Amino acid sequence: MSASQTPAEAHGHDHDGHDSHGAAHGSLRGYITGFLLSVVLTAIPFWLVMNDVLGNSTLTAIVIMLFAAVQIIVHMVYFLHMNGRSEGGWIMLALIFTIIVVAIALAGSLWVMFHLNTNMMPDMHRM
Amino acid sequence: MAKATAQTAGTAPAFYVTEEEHAHPGGSTMLGFWLYLMSDCLVFAVLFATYGVLGRNYAAGPSGADLFDLRLVAVNTAMLLFSSITYGFAMLAMDKGRQAAMQGWLVVTALFGLAFLAIELYEFAHLIHEGATPMRSAFLSSFFTLVGTHGLHVTFGLIWLAVLMTQVSKHGLIEANRRRLMCLSMFWHFLDVVWIGVFTFVYLMGVLK
Repeated sequence: MSASQTPAEAHGHDHDGHDSHGAAHGSLRGYITGFLLSVVLTAIPFWLVMNDVLGNSTLTAIVIMLFAAVQIIVHMVYFLHMNGRSEGGWIMLALIFTIIVVAIALAGSLWVMFHLNTNMMPDMHRM
Repeated sequence: MAKATAQTAGTAPAFYVTEEEHAHPGGSTMLGFWLYLMSDCLVFAVLFATYGVLGRNYAAGPSGADLFDLRLVAVNTAMLLFSSITYGFAMLAMDKGRQAAMQGWLVVTALFGLAFLAIELYEFAHLIHEGATPMRSAFLSSFFTLVGTHGLHVTFGLIWLAVLMTQVSKHGLIEANRRRLMCLSMFWHFLDVVWIGVFTFVYLMGVLK
């Protein structure tokens, strides 16, 4: 990674973001770690749902969503090689902006439509 | 004021070094491609929101618990996860300049991707055969749209992969090809991230009562 450095590194650019061909590629150990974590984080939710381990669907839903969130972070770190410094921080900034927009879109849609449903169909069971 | 600026520029030409850094072609490709991926993320977010709203409107038709075969989905998830790690191995081989090894890992990646698509198409065909078509209910419309859009992304990723393998075999691991392979790497891993959302929200939570 450091072979193609330019003097720009000396004042503020990090050593990953402005390489001649983009972001860091990671290491074998990084990919293996990410893969093993992903396997575990995928297997547990499937096991929980297929065998109905917790016996409570609301609790199961919350737990598998937590596993999904953790696995997304694992993929971002070990496969997409995200960190706060790549491309001078702009990658992270774009990601945070997207997460905010996605959260508003998802939470807003579900919230609004849930209320419409409860107002229009009193006997409807949701989630 | 003007004097001070001139002095600063004269003594510390940091300004010019920064420009130089951005001069080589493709210097900002990764950031630009990341922005594309984020916009793609918004597309999927809207489809997820649609599914979240409509996902329990069965119109007296079959529900996710009736339709989904979680063992098949688990196999499918494994295919995509394997293809992610093998693409990672291809990138490591590329870093070391080992073109043959890289092409080999790309072939393995493509095979896992094809297996994923084949299983998904089998699942869709099975559902449609059972009468669970996109026209059946709002749940199935949003299901086919969301999962189908992801499958379409994988399809185009595979076409892109085939094109890049041809490019590499013709021109070798030149700078432009490395850049393109890096972009596809991000695209491929991004699709795996989206799939985490799909199998959690659509399949696993669809089976939960």
